[in-house]
Amino acid sequence: MLALRDIHAYYAKSHILHGVTIDVGPGEVVGLLGRNGVGKSTTLKTICGLVRPAQGRVEFEGRDVTGWPPHRLPALGIAYVPEDRRIFRLLTVLENLRTGLDRPGVSEARRTELLEKVYHHFPVLRERRSQAGGTLSGGEQQMLAIARAMMLEPKIILLDEPTEGLMPRMVGQIREIIRVLHAEGVAILLVEQNVPLTLEVSSRVYIMEKGVVRHQAAASELRERHDVIRQYLGV
Amino acid sequence: MSRRSTGYWIVFAAIVAALAVAPLVLPPFWQRFVTEILVWGLLAMSSDILIGYTGMVSFGHSAFFGMGMYGAAAALLSVKPPNLWLALLFGLSAAALVAVFVAFFATRLRDIYFAITTLVFSQIFYVIIFTWTEVTGGENGLFFSQPALSIPGIFSMRFSTETLHWFILGVVTCSYLLLRRITQSPFGKVLQAIRENEPRTRAIGYHVERYKMVAVMLSGLFAGAAGVLYAIQNKFAAPDFVFFLISGETVIFNVMGGAGTLVGPVAGAAFFLLLREGVSRFFTEYYLIPVGIIFMLMVIFLPQGLLGFLRRRLNE
Amino acid sequence: MSVGLPLDQIAIQTVNGIVNGMILALVASGLTLIFGIMDVVNFAHGDLVMLGGFSGATALAVTGSFWIALLVAVITIALLGAALQASTLRPLLGRDPLTTILATFGMSLVLQKYAIWQWGPSARNLTAPITGQFSLFYLQYPWYRVATAALAAAIIGGLYAFLKYGRYGIWIRATTQDRLMAQAMGIPVPVVHTVVFAIGAGMAAASGVLFGPLGGVTQTMGADFTLRAFIVVVVGGMGNLGGSILASMFISLLEAYASLVVSPAQAVIVSFVALIVTLLFRPTGLFVPTPK
Repeated sequence: MLALRDIHAYYAKSHILHGVTIDVGPGEVVGLLGRNGVGKSTTLKTICGLVRPAQGRVEFEGRDVTGWPPHRLPALGIAYVPEDRRIFRLLTVLENLRTGLDRPGVSEARRTELLEKVYHHFPVLRERRSQAGGTLSGGEQQMLAIARAMMLEPKIILLDEPTEGLMPRMVGQIREIIRVLHAEGVAILLVEQNVPLTLEVSSRVYIMEKGVVRHQAAASELRERHDVIRQYLGV
Repeated sequence: MSRRSTGYWIVFAAIVAALAVAPLVLPPFWQRFVTEILVWGLLAMSSDILIGYTGMVSFGHSAFFGMGMYGAAAALLSVKPPNLWLALLFGLSAAALVAVFVAFFATRLRDIYFAITTLVFSQIFYVIIFTWTEVTGGENGLFFSQPALSIPGIFSMRFSTETLHWFILGVVTCSYLLLRRITQSPFGKVLQAIRENEPRTRAIGYHVERYKMVAVMLSGLFAGAAGVLYAIQNKFAAPDFVFFLISGETVIFNVMGGAGTLVGPVAGAAFFLLLREGVSRFFTEYYLIPVGIIFMLMVIFLPQGLLGFLRRRLNE
Repeated sequence: MSVGLPLDQIAIQTVNGIVNGMILALVASGLTLIFGIMDVVNFAHGDLVMLGGFSGATALAVTGSFWIALLVAVITIALLGAALQASTLRPLLGRDPLTTILATFGMSLVLQKYAIWQWGPSARNLTAPITGQFSLFYLQYPWYRVATAALAAAIIGGLYAFLKYGRYGIWIRATTQDRLMAQAMGIPVPVVHTVVFAIGAGMAAASGVLFGPLGGVTQTMGADFTLRAFIVVVVGGMGNLGGSILASMFISLLEAYASLVVSPAQAVIVSFVALIVTLLFRPTGLFVPTPK
């Protein structure tokens, strides 16, 4: 469904990605692991158009979307949850959700449905719905960021380090929500530093090093391969 | 000397020679035109120090230019017989005073705030000059006679169109060489570093504010010199020249010609003035409509200006 | 010889200050809205005011109705603004913000000359739709002035409500806060930019028409308004809507009081002083709570 072919990308003058090739099938949960700075986030940014690749192709459902302006991708079904959450701090929780909810072609009934669903999974958001996004705690903001992406009813969610800076208790919540999304058939490309979590929820995993994919395997396989994990991730 | 710089000096000498010969071969209208290009070129160079080299877009050059002009006027009106060097002195001092004032405030501000503040300052001076009729002649400006080229006690010679042109050419050329020396000096390099990355330059330890203040003073001084020259050439001073539009045109010269090259803005001034001449044949006083559109197109598609490609070469 | 403050004069000037302040606030809010959302310092904003005034004058001459003229002017200039933004500013998105100053400066030159070409060098007068006056101290104070202030306040209030409660208000506010994330959420940011610019232009045009009966529509009013609006936006805090409104009132009141002692042409120096004071002591805005 989502295919990256030989992506080269630059950040200012640094050559960050040296030919990244990745596939994500419909409904798959795929992990992207690697040390800090190897280009995991940049890969996600390239997919959603925030970084323009110098070379290579991004294809979604057979369509070449390389270099498309970012605002056209949610309509195709691509949602992005960035590393620093980037919720709209001055907007209320509800308004944050509405940035995803207010789309053409979504009936009023459907909107209420989606909102209810998200409140069901994240009750704290219902409580805080009139509060400004910036007043939420780190964990709550992460929930909001994911909920906001869910408002887009996406086919794939690009999740960038959702557990970063979260308390261990909340990691469980992230695991849960990934399971829920997977059960609904939403594909996930998960970038993470948390290796155990990633191995647990993903079916396949890519490992990146210095801007390229060095290793890919089924998650079940990798769980046993402590040597590989140690080699690429130093864990 | 490397081959590159001999090439440069050859071109330079050729251009100066051409400019020197110009008044001898051109009809009167174009003689004055070339002289005017030189004066505006000097103004453009002065603002390049700020805009091109330090990266501070300034809309305040009309204040410096105007002060140079009115300063010269003051000298030429108050001392008889009108003395050229006194005019220069008064004009430069007036401009320097304004420059200090502007420098003090403006260097603490970044980018947009600096641009707006310089705009406001130039307007302050405009309002003062426009309304202080007793001293400045208000709307009508001041008229005075042209001083002679004189070294007291040795000789005195009235300017003819040619000799005035050569005098101005001399001043402008010397100014250019001086500015070139400055921009290629360590000081100039620091200015460019500030343009490229101010926080880092500050972090390395340079006192950025001081450098900026000196840059403003330099810029103001040479702009004032241009004002003096203009006054001498045209024998009048008017508030129009302190109006913001002059600042705006200066910025246009810089952008069109290529900021950060010193010669670029001079070329930009020439280009603009020639365009204006040519276009106003067809559009009369509405020449600014097509010229303004050309400017906007250049900002979008050719932001480095006509000679911008020479920037690296000229600043080695 | 009267001793003490000429209270009635001060009172009159207070009212004048408020009226002018509201008109200036209308101009400044458009400017600050545009800056807040796309980091564009619109040099041509005052010229949009002027063009609004002129188109309003023409529309008034044709239709005979002030209110229709106001509507026509607002719509025309809003569309002009949209066209200008889409053609010249959109290509500059993401570039050094100073290039937008240059581009809008070029725009300003072209618009000013165009106005002279289209309408000639003489000023236009707009007759006020509401005649009639009421007694304010020793003056007969025109109702129109009060109506203008009220209308300007209503328009600003409408803008505020639109931003806070309207469906597209969320899009605009989100784009202002985080342009890239707004795009990632599917908000068509280039379109939002154009619409906001158009709104700003429309508000500027409205100011021009409203100001018409007060001060006439002249070729130089553009530069005046731009200058004052810039000062207001800096004093009020760039991108801060509430701040610009407060600052507009503040500056206009200052100028109104100053014109009791000096000529109006010189009263503008007071605004300059306010700007300098702000830049020296509270560069993030005079009314902004704590400077960082």
